[in-house]
Amino acid sequence: MEKKRNRNVAIVGIGETKYSSHREDVNQPEMVHEAVQDALKDAGLSINDIDCTVHGNMELFEMIHQPDLWHTLGTGTYGKSAYRLTTGGTTGSTVVCAADNLVASGMYDIVMCIGFEKLQEGHTTGGITNMADPLWFRKLQTGALTGSAGYMMMEEFGEERAKRAAMTYRIIMDKHACLNPNSHRAFGLEWDQLEDLMENSPRLVGELRLIHMCSQSDGACVMILASEERAREITDKPVWIRDHITVHREESLNVFGNDEKHPVKMTHRFAAEQLFERNGITDPVEYFDVFEMYDPSAWWGLDWMREFLLLEGDEHLKLVENKEIMIGGKLPINPSGGVIAANPIGATASVRVAEAAKQIRGNAGPHQIPTPVNHALASGFGGTFWTVLFMLEKELSW
Amino acid sequence: MGRRVAICAVSQIKNEPDIWHQRFQGMLLDCFEPIIEQTGVTFDMEKGIRDVLTCSDDVFDARTISDNGMQDVVGAHYRGEEKMAQDAINGLGYAMACILSGHDDVVLYLAHCKESQTESRRMNTNLGYDPFYCRPVGLDFINACAFQAREYMEKSGITEEHLAEIVVRSRKNAAKNPYARENGKVSKKDVMKSPMLCDPIRELHHYPVTDWAAGMLLCSEERAHEFTDNPVWITGFGNCMDSYFLGDRDLTSNFALKKAAEQAYAMAGIKDPRKEIDLFELNDASAYQLPMWAEGVGLVDEGQGGAWIDAGGMDASNVNLSGGMLNGNPVMLGGLARAVEAVIQLRGEAGKRQAKGVKRALAHGTTGGAGQHHAVVILEKGVQ
Repeated sequence: MEKKRNRNVAIVGIGETKYSSHREDVNQPEMVHEAVQDALKDAGLSINDIDCTVHGNMELFEMIHQPDLWHTLGTGTYGKSAYRLTTGGTTGSTVVCAADNLVASGMYDIVMCIGFEKLQEGHTTGGITNMADPLWFRKLQTGALTGSAGYMMMEEFGEERAKRAAMTYRIIMDKHACLNPNSHRAFGLEWDQLEDLMENSPRLVGELRLIHMCSQSDGACVMILASEERAREITDKPVWIRDHITVHREESLNVFGNDEKHPVKMTHRFAAEQLFERNGITDPVEYFDVFEMYDPSAWWGLDWMREFLLLEGDEHLKLVENKEIMIGGKLPINPSGGVIAANPIGATASVRVAEAAKQIRGNAGPHQIPTPVNHALASGFGGTFWTVLFMLEKELSW
Repeated sequence: MGRRVAICAVSQIKNEPDIWHQRFQGMLLDCFEPIIEQTGVTFDMEKGIRDVLTCSDDVFDARTISDNGMQDVVGAHYRGEEKMAQDAINGLGYAMACILSGHDDVVLYLAHCKESQTESRRMNTNLGYDPFYCRPVGLDFINACAFQAREYMEKSGITEEHLAEIVVRSRKNAAKNPYARENGKVSKKDVMKSPMLCDPIRELHHYPVTDWAAGMLLCSEERAHEFTDNPVWITGFGNCMDSYFLGDRDLTSNFALKKAAEQAYAMAGIKDPRKEIDLFELNDASAYQLPMWAEGVGLVDEGQGGAWIDAGGMDASNVNLSGGMLNGNPVMLGGLARAVEAVIQLRGEAGKRQAKGVKRALAHGTTGGAGQHHAVVILEKGVQ
């Protein structure tokens, strides 16, 4: 179903901290403040221009109850409207969805959304395991680590081809990360290391190896969204939010059973189908110029390309094998280096939108795609296979 | 702005000291089913609920991503879900934005908090303070309130007798509310002899630890007739954040509440709240807050809280006929409970506590110690 926007909304300011394993030089509000300052400077605005803020992270990671209260010191929210929304890993996307809705509604003209995490101050895998139901699932949960995507891909495509494609994806991400000055992890991996890493990187679960997996990082990402009227005054490079969709699954993934006739589809595919249908996108690989994907591991990134881009068979493997997802390829994926390069969880999904928007503006930095970027896709991932998908545009021409 | 959003149905369970026999999910299911029954709403991708809002808290539920456990119950099977992580009343403002933006036309909202399951008063709200300065000295929401209470009582002439009167009245009103906790009636003497919780706040001055859940169905103006013939309209919303450090704040200035109320009044086109609003539900987590928030929303002149109580202002202005948070709603839901009660009053379904001729009501909620963040909602009755 087509959506009628009350009014258009654009991203007019973007701020990111450097991502790192230990930001011991700053406390949480100070770290958030760095990204807030960066975003205000980017937009050429002062804190007095902001009507409202939206704040989000996962509070059990740092054990601060409603951290937006304390963070007021760093966010500058004093005297402003303030919302706080959280949805696990997708929090960073949800705060952008919320900012978009709040501006589009006409209730606020300029809204600043803030995603952050300081994972060094908590225990990430313990925290994630604690999301599982204490009676049914908690003893089985291994944090965010799962080997099932690798196992299924090896079943479908053969062990050698699947493992090689996953490591190709991983090295491409590292090559992108090495260009991005904000990356937490940029190793400088070379193609001749591919076989060695495939066999010798330490195993985490099955064929999910240490090198495949994302990090835990500290960092914050802030965006300023404005109504069309204000956006045009503020910047000559507004990035328009065309549409977004959130699709969740229940906690007990098989609550409705396995129906052979109606196989349960991945939320990523469901979200993409719905979003593209209502926006008249028939060939996403042709349409989009960049895709910033929330890829927690190389196996998931590789597997999920097929779902988000509505591909069939081994089309996604071919895109990777032919390096079409590298900067300069047909559809660059994660020129930022993606989640494997930096993962401050509450900010991670915000970074996907922010980096996609920077690509549209053409000022992403050393990892800027050299060809024009007019249409961008950005995803978030969290919870029990929850997905958020954003469409960003350079022109208001849809 | 001139646009409004409909509340088509509300549901709630009874406020209880300890719902030991049910998990959070069961509490929410008991709110979910009546909404589906009352409205006939579906989860159809074209015409039904595509996005759900919830409110809960990771620290109170002791689960990372506390909404994760609610997905099965709230119908988030291939539908969107977003969690409000502040007092649930803010979800009404956000639902309003979702609908007015055009992104949604029907939003289901479900909220829960099971305070009995956790060390809510001291440990959890102590975690609401920074680990460097405030947490180590034991600051929590109760002793933050105590600082504010002492200063406000001085400013507005609030005595122990006034506080006792507020508590006695709250219990009396709650006795007429079938969803309120059954605390039993108390006398002014009982209140004034109640043990000191955090000077000057006595045990009976402060809301009791409570379990509760509630739900609402909200939709666009155009579609309200599909779900109800007795809609209540959200016509105004505002919220505002004050400073973090208590020492940076003028604790009795009602700075954030005044700003939140101003926004809500501007949106709803209200010029004189005393004349234009018929019923007030204020988020009184502690007895002193009832007159203080009444000053903040402009119902009472600044510094006149004590005189207002003496003049019978609480009854004259229909303030907290539900019993208020003071009788027992969980933290996180204190504001939403106010909105639920206002909706019931506007629908004319408040039974023994029904106020006459209520056309427009104000509901208020706070988040954080001593009201760091305030939200105000204006609700109206009206034909479609």
